[in-house]
Amino acid sequence: MLHEQELKTFVDGTTNFFEVAAQQPASIGSPYLLEGTPAVHEYTGVINISGKREGVVFFTAPKAMLTVLLMKMQENDFSHETMRDLVGEVANTISGNARRDFGREFVISVPSVLSGEKPELPHKPGLRSFIIPINWRSHSAKLVVSLT
Amino acid sequence: MNVRRPMKLMIVDDSNIMRRRIERSQQFEELQLVGTAGNGVEAIELFKRTDPDVVTMDLTMPRMDGIECIGQLVALKPEVRILVISALADKATAVEAMEKGANGFLNKPFTDRQLNEAFAELMR
Repeated sequence: MLHEQELKTFVDGTTNFFEVAAQQPASIGSPYLLEGTPAVHEYTGVINISGKREGVVFFTAPKAMLTVLLMKMQENDFSHETMRDLVGEVANTISGNARRDFGREFVISVPSVLSGEKPELPHKPGLRSFIIPINWRSHSAKLVVSLT
Repeated sequence: MNVRRPMKLMIVDDSNIMRRRIERSQQFEELQLVGTAGNGVEAIELFKRTDPDVVTMDLTMPRMDGIECIGQLVALKPEVRILVISALADKATAVEAMEKGANGFLNKPFTDRQLNEAFAELMR
């Protein structure tokens, strides 16, 4: 079973990105459990995890949120590639936090990025996902933790 | 009159956003950007052409990662100063980078102030 402290590591990695890069903290909505693969937004950064636990962690965000985040970072390129780049950097930060807190018991992959509304997300049958809403300004993204 | 030439800066990161962010945020007149690279292989080619004095180095990159690249850059120019800028926040990674020849370590994400303090420390 997923421990609260493990979940906190992933959440902190996500909110830390908003707080530092955009100088404006994100808040956390009420987490919930879901069977199967949740719906995703336009851009998704994925981390595969193996070792002590198996599964995936991903951050999925709508284009509108990423656009405002880029503006707050003083970026002026809002192309598809830049959106992918940004969601990859958020996933990279989540991955870095996990490596620091979990050590070598967890093997954490380099993040990959998916885009489009129905991308092929890796998911183990029967495994439930924790969905944590990430609210920032008027936008909402999701952190999805799906681990054994 | 003794005029100091600016130190040449090379930025290595596979993220365009991060490369531009580092370029925009660094506030040192003593640093002159000579080029940017998106992976370790490009970085070594650019390094040979531009001979930078200061390098910012991401670690997780395609083709050749930052740790291997640091080792090769230091072999080419032992006095080069390398600031690692990475999301990998664990101690073991920082130690490995330092053992290869890096001079400083800054975690992503970072504020402008943290970046400038890291540059100041590196150039001291």
